[in-house]
Amino acid sequence: MIESAPHEYRIERHSVWKRFKRHKLAFAGAVVLALITLIAVCAPILHLQDPNEIDQANWMGYPLAPGVAGHLLGTDENGRDLLARLVYGARISLIVAFFAVLMEVCIGTVLGAVAGYYGGIADYAVMRLTDVFLSIPLLPLLLVLTAIVSATSSKAALGFGLIVVIIGGLSWMQVARLVRASFLSLREKEFAEAARALGNGDMRIIFRHLLPNAVAPIIVSATLDIAGVIVLESTLSFLGFGIQPPTASWGNMLANAQSNMAIAPWVAIFPGVCILVTVLAVNYLGDGLRDALDPNMAGR
Amino acid sequence: MFVYVVRRSLQAIPLLLLISVLLFVVLSKAPGGPLGPYLANPHITPADIARLKHNFGLDQPLYVQYLRWLGRVCAGDLGYSTTNSMSVVDAIMDRLPATLLLMGSSLLLSLLAGLSFGIYAALRPYSLGDYLITTIAFFGQSMPVFWFALMVQLLFAVQGVNAFGYHIALPSAGMCATDECPISERLEHLILPALVLSFLNIATWSRFMRSSMLEVVKADYMRTAAAKGLTATYVVMRHGLKNAMIPVVTIIGLSMPGMVAGAVVTETIFAWPGMGRLFFTALGNFDFALLMGYLMLVSCLVVFFNLLADVAYAWLDPRVKYD
Repeated sequence: MIESAPHEYRIERHSVWKRFKRHKLAFAGAVVLALITLIAVCAPILHLQDPNEIDQANWMGYPLAPGVAGHLLGTDENGRDLLARLVYGARISLIVAFFAVLMEVCIGTVLGAVAGYYGGIADYAVMRLTDVFLSIPLLPLLLVLTAIVSATSSKAALGFGLIVVIIGGLSWMQVARLVRASFLSLREKEFAEAARALGNGDMRIIFRHLLPNAVAPIIVSATLDIAGVIVLESTLSFLGFGIQPPTASWGNMLANAQSNMAIAPWVAIFPGVCILVTVLAVNYLGDGLRDALDPNMAGR
Repeated sequence: MFVYVVRRSLQAIPLLLLISVLLFVVLSKAPGGPLGPYLANPHITPADIARLKHNFGLDQPLYVQYLRWLGRVCAGDLGYSTTNSMSVVDAIMDRLPATLLLMGSSLLLSLLAGLSFGIYAALRPYSLGDYLITTIAFFGQSMPVFWFALMVQLLFAVQGVNAFGYHIALPSAGMCATDECPISERLEHLILPALVLSFLNIATWSRFMRSSMLEVVKADYMRTAAAKGLTATYVVMRHGLKNAMIPVVTIIGLSMPGMVAGAVVTETIFAWPGMGRLFFTALGNFDFALLMGYLMLVSCLVVFFNLLADVAYAWLDPRVKYD
């Protein structure tokens, strides 16, 4: 195409892969993330204990220490195996993060594409909407929304689907801005002009011709947002407004940890370490992807 | 410059109006609306509810309710908080000093630590100190605030740390707000929450400060300043810092939503009697007026900080034309 300007992202597979491999920590992050995903996917065949079963033979009303009675990482305050809950919690965290980010990318891409491609009043409307959502602090808004939805709907409707929709529906703003910025410059390019002259419809131009050229920043932003959503979901669950017990999530496993911290610090430590390791891996991966896909942004 | 500030401030008004419409519509979907807290009370009959609804104008269309709310807010009345049995303005005023103390000291700490770590790392790139700061910053950005709070409590409050021959154990909850409380004890109560709330900022800001300063130290005007015979400190602090701050002020302005969220979590975990905890307790009771007031207030704070960042940007960067 043309030589690179700030808003252009040329993807050449070879150089991208070469640059990515050079970023050792990003490579390590990808490996760690793949491992965690593998463990989460394989959870049912790992011969773990039942994550929701109380060890009634050994549990005396307080958390069992790591190593006691066949619990490698101990139990929580209800006598449930911590290792099993951590593994099943990983499933929840990863599923919520994946689908919430998928949703935010879809919404953000469509809104950003419409704003950037059509400009004018559509652009103005989308950008004001973006401003509005960026100005309301996300966590309080999420708390209010989950509180309202869970109080008005039946208990059965709760679960991770609700969290996915609420988080995904409220975090598309960054993607929308990125796509809009790319489209503003892409729509003026010769190939867009050519596509238009050939009689292609707007939809085809947007999705077949322009979007593939705007994909690099979306990938980077989506990867980093996976980390953000994992943290957000765990915070909501910790505060009691996310994934509801007995379903294990890394966040709600920490909800009662504070009151037992003096006698059972491991209950507070392990779930947090899982969050930290996963989020670190995703963040390093995202960092590496940014350096690889977009040399202009390297080091930011 | 004055015209620019006025114009940017005026632009904030329609934005805040849109935010208030959105929040009003969302909150009115709460079960029972503003009368939700009364629904569970067996002493209040459906007839009472109907009467209250009529008296408060809740049987009117939503836009009429909104316009009435807006009118009252413009007159300085945010409504009546059912959880606290006082007006929302009083309830917020009660908690505002604690939040301002916590947020103010965290902001100060974040600025001091975040910026100086960033500058230090940029001046000695790829040294041990740089790697240490960059790695800790990366960890800081990847750690949920609530878990960091738990770990800090575990380490410094539950177990205590032995250092320099002293056993350091800090209080894990409360603010020590009575009149008899000595200033030293107040500080002890402030240290952990302020540290927790500023950690994410320190991590983010030091990374941006480092990359920005790394660009600036390579600039020609820095060499010129050094060639004039100015001391290294003066060159970095006067010529370097002002230019390196240009991208950083935007990041600082954008951290406000994160700080508000962090304050909710931090105040809940450390039992800090601030606005975040006020909001969190009101949440379970669907205290309409208080939730609306709190969300509007924090949104105003975010909009104000964005404005401040834009103005600071224009002031720092003479290339920006603000007319």
